[in-house]
Amino acid sequence: MVNLLAKRIIPCLDVTGGRVVKGTKFVNLKDAGDPVGLAKYYDEQGADELSFLDITASYENRKIIMDIIKKVAKQVFIPLSVGGGINSIETIRELLNAGAEKVSIGTAAVKNPNLIREASQKFGSQAIVVSIDAKRKNNAWTVYIKGGREDANIDALGFGKKMEKLGAGEILLNSIDMDGTKQGYDLKLNKKFSEELNIPIIASGGAGTLEHIKEVLTEGKADAALAASIFHYKKYTIIDVKKYLKKNKIEVRI
Amino acid sequence: MKELKKRKLDFIIKKAIEMKKPFLGICVGLQVLFEESEESPGIKGLRIFKGKVVKFKQGKIPQIGWNKISSNTIGDGYVYFVNSYYVAPDDKNIIESTSDYYVKFAAAVKKNNVFATQFHPEKSGEFGLRILKKWLTC
Repeated sequence: MVNLLAKRIIPCLDVTGGRVVKGTKFVNLKDAGDPVGLAKYYDEQGADELSFLDITASYENRKIIMDIIKKVAKQVFIPLSVGGGINSIETIRELLNAGAEKVSIGTAAVKNPNLIREASQKFGSQAIVVSIDAKRKNNAWTVYIKGGREDANIDALGFGKKMEKLGAGEILLNSIDMDGTKQGYDLKLNKKFSEELNIPIIASGGAGTLEHIKEVLTEGKADAALAASIFHYKKYTIIDVKKYLKKNKIEVRI
Repeated sequence: MKELKKRKLDFIIKKAIEMKKPFLGICVGLQVLFEESEESPGIKGLRIFKGKVVKFKQGKIPQIGWNKISSNTIGDGYVYFVNSYYVAPDDKNIIESTSDYYVKFAAAVKKNNVFATQFHPEKSGEFGLRILKKWLTC
């Protein structure tokens, strides 16, 4: 028997003040900054999951994003994940109750690894994604925190393994080196994580072409590919991506 | 099971199923209908169906993502799964749909008024909504 699990394509929506930033180039959307409208649009396009990133992560914004998740969950019936500044069991509970399927935790997982253990025991591993910002350093990768501003001086692979042991259900693996370059994902990073961990890896950072997505799902062995600007600004839709992947014999939900 | 018992829901669910009320179980809501689970050795399930709940032995665990099901009643399609365990019913006739994750497993079971899925129809997009609608209208 084989693994027929489809490779997931996940658009990422950066949210601040109740608006999606980026993504303003949609011609067929009246209001591209409306998170609910955009979420529905991506769902219709065949997105396998939606990732909301609270880029301000302030107290006020947390309430706003909760409201967004509530609205989206009423209309979009695919998994929703939320990230950005999450650092307590209470916040996780509120976000899951609002309708999120998963939360992704970054800096707090580094500062307080016990949060991952506690949260996965309380809500189940499937609800807890650990988001790792990795940057190349001396033939390996180091973990960055605080939105990529500070080197935590922790070996990223070792940290990923530790998170798996503590109960993380998935790893959202973002390459700081490739993020924003549109030059492709860090294939070595994703391959390494995928081979050495036994939980799904969501690749992030660097998508610029259809081929980049294909590469990270084959050579990079990632289980899912997350992208923002390729969907927000470029001519590719999720359907384009999936058709291309299918043509290249990659299992996708289409 | 502890939580169900605390709220007397174990009794209520069994009674409702006996009374032929329509029952829909999702994920653990499917697993709990069986006799026992490798996840909690020694704890008895609701025992509506004979058989047990076993753990995947291969692949990344949990299985997280969209997998294809072949269903007798709904047809083929992708649905969203999140599970480390799956049900192995003694009576194969109750298996309504199957999927593959390094092993062929029951994705849903159906018998009389009971329908229960291992996957999450509520998170399975259009196809999932169709499954729920079918259950509501049958």
